[in-house]
Amino acid sequence: MNEIEQFTKSEYKYGFSTDIEQELAPKGLNEDTVRFISAKKEEPEWMLEYRLKAFRHWLTLKEPGWQNVTYPGIDYQDLYYYAAPKKKPQLSSLDEVDPELLDTFAKLGIPLEEQKLLANVAVDAVFDSVSVTTTFKETLREKGVIFCSFSEAIREHPDLVKTYMGSVVPYTDNYFAALNAAVFSDGSFVYIPKGVRCPMELSTYFRINAENTGQFERTLIIADDGSYVSYLEGCTAPKRDENQLHAAVVELVACERAEIKYSTVQNWYAGDENGKGGIYNFVTKRGICKGNFSKISWTQVETGSAITWKYPSCILKGDHSVGEFYSVAVTNNAQQADTGTKMIHLGKNTRSTIVSKGISAGRGNQTYRGLVKVAKNADGARNHSQCDSLLIGDRCGAHTFPYFEISNPGARVEHEATTSKIGEDQLFYCQSRGIAAEEAVSLIVNGYCKDVFQELPMEFAMEATKLLSISLEGSVG
Amino acid sequence: MLSIQNLHASVGGKDILKGISLEVKAGEVHAIMGPNGSGKSTLSKVLAGRDEYEVTAGSVSYLGKDLLDLSPEDRAREGVFLAFQYPVEIPGVSNIMFLRTALNEIRKYHGREPVEAPEFLKLVREKTRILDLDESLLKRPVNEGFSGGEKKRNEIFQMAVLEPKLAILDETDSGLDIDALRAVSEGINKLKSSENAIIMVTHYQRLLDYIVPDFVHVLLNGKIVKSGNRELALELEEKGYDWIREELKEETA
Repeated sequence: MNEIEQFTKSEYKYGFSTDIEQELAPKGLNEDTVRFISAKKEEPEWMLEYRLKAFRHWLTLKEPGWQNVTYPGIDYQDLYYYAAPKKKPQLSSLDEVDPELLDTFAKLGIPLEEQKLLANVAVDAVFDSVSVTTTFKETLREKGVIFCSFSEAIREHPDLVKTYMGSVVPYTDNYFAALNAAVFSDGSFVYIPKGVRCPMELSTYFRINAENTGQFERTLIIADDGSYVSYLEGCTAPKRDENQLHAAVVELVACERAEIKYSTVQNWYAGDENGKGGIYNFVTKRGICKGNFSKISWTQVETGSAITWKYPSCILKGDHSVGEFYSVAVTNNAQQADTGTKMIHLGKNTRSTIVSKGISAGRGNQTYRGLVKVAKNADGARNHSQCDSLLIGDRCGAHTFPYFEISNPGARVEHEATTSKIGEDQLFYCQSRGIAAEEAVSLIVNGYCKDVFQELPMEFAMEATKLLSISLEGSVG
Repeated sequence: MLSIQNLHASVGGKDILKGISLEVKAGEVHAIMGPNGSGKSTLSKVLAGRDEYEVTAGSVSYLGKDLLDLSPEDRAREGVFLAFQYPVEIPGVSNIMFLRTALNEIRKYHGREPVEAPEFLKLVREKTRILDLDESLLKRPVNEGFSGGEKKRNEIFQMAVLEPKLAILDETDSGLDIDALRAVSEGINKLKSSENAIIMVTHYQRLLDYIVPDFVHVLLNGKIVKSGNRELALELEEKGYDWIREELKEETA
């Protein structure tokens, strides 16, 4: 009997759905849909113009097909582009939040009452197309930190939004970025003023609930000169038989000597063991180290989604700026992932680090795709990439596609890649020390992911460890 | 402690063990010697519970329990320890983390509380001292980047921490230079007591210069064909295995 077989039994515990009255945009996508969304959000004219430009551009684009994943085409006319709980989403206090929603987030382990939250984490909770509430706003405001929903930012801080939205990921960037710019519904907005070290972790929790609805959120984080912020996003969705599209855009701007640490624990519903249902997670995430000595660090733990397709990237424009990418991606059962990063070195003495840890089990198929680009004037640029793949069982796959475009002869670029397998030998070795197979897999996998987990804020590192063992539950018989 | 009766085992349909019987009591050291392919390593793995080997006949009783009925981890929890011929690397998992997990699993099995970090640290430090090992070993990932000698010493270190009742040392001497052999053997000698038993599986008698066995068994073609004391090992060293094969032929003729 093979010890490393069945890899399929774990239950997705966030698979419930919330029965709540909702308001939907008419199905399908055209200019009216875009206008509908903009009107619902009571947006100013300039925002609508931006959306329409993006939409018209999107019409000229073709869905890309180069990624190493397969899925039946998406019928963009068969989706809803806006779904909101019926009660008025503009809330001044938690008392006005639908108890059904509070309940939903509580069930997800995200109590929205401030006294119940982790003391040092402020949360923006996004449910389908709207932000439900943002906690600790007052505390943050004292420091001048703006943390609010994107819709609110458009109303309250139009100049910041106008200046920075689309400055890192323009709507012309790619198919899904254009789509997002046209129909994005909500998301989080963060501004950290000069010299401020954000006093708490900021976090957005995304929940998809509605059926046949695309979720298109947008996040924009601006760290002004000499500031620091650590931001975390988490996400879940109900179990549904249909695939659901999630096409988000995240933009980060780090000014001089500013640092942004962006962590993701992604746990969208992955579909069942035969690949039915699950989220298509097609996301564009990019940050620019605009100022000298700035730093952007992406850490992601990707355990969910039927298909994950994303490349959190850094444009290292400022001299001496630093970009980092730490990633753990798990594909189990029929999950597919094509993920990695781009490090674009433009400034002098810029440094980047890439640590990618892929874990494939079941029939999971995973691709690391990364680009390191060093421009002609980027003297003294350095990169170190480490891309490891871990296979559990013998029906899964791992692929690594590193790309290098080096135009400066002085650049120092190192790439290491390994592929290993949790073998019978390792399991038996652990067992012969009293550690059962299941526990052994978790031990081995956590050891393998250590370099990435230590980059996560503490509470989330623990959550990630737990999540990982849940996603790998039942991997051995 | 251990009673093996007429044990038969095969792998991939090929019979390897063809009727082994062996009695081991607490406090005893048994050496099992034999040429390549005689079934020595198979015996160790069958006792530890490696599932690619199929037991086709016979029984193994250990401390009154049916050993073959226990999962590999439960055997370990009951005090059986296999020092691997080829210790396995577990990247990213520190020795100390690995051992603490193992020890706590064993304690849990016996209904005991997990060991607290400071207490555990004290324990492992003491063991490194006894075995004269560098403490930096604790933080290194299990066997990763270890030299052959370091791997074998690490096995003995694990044995020291887990304190098994029955230790099976599978070719612990192979691949060691003379200094490493001495160090490993001294370690094992320090762990020996009247409470535990050791089965040493080895090719060469040189290990037995350092760890003196109470019994020596010769394994040939899946069977124990001769048992004796220390002297037998010396004789094997001098004359090889052919004379035993000859003896056997005469007996069967």
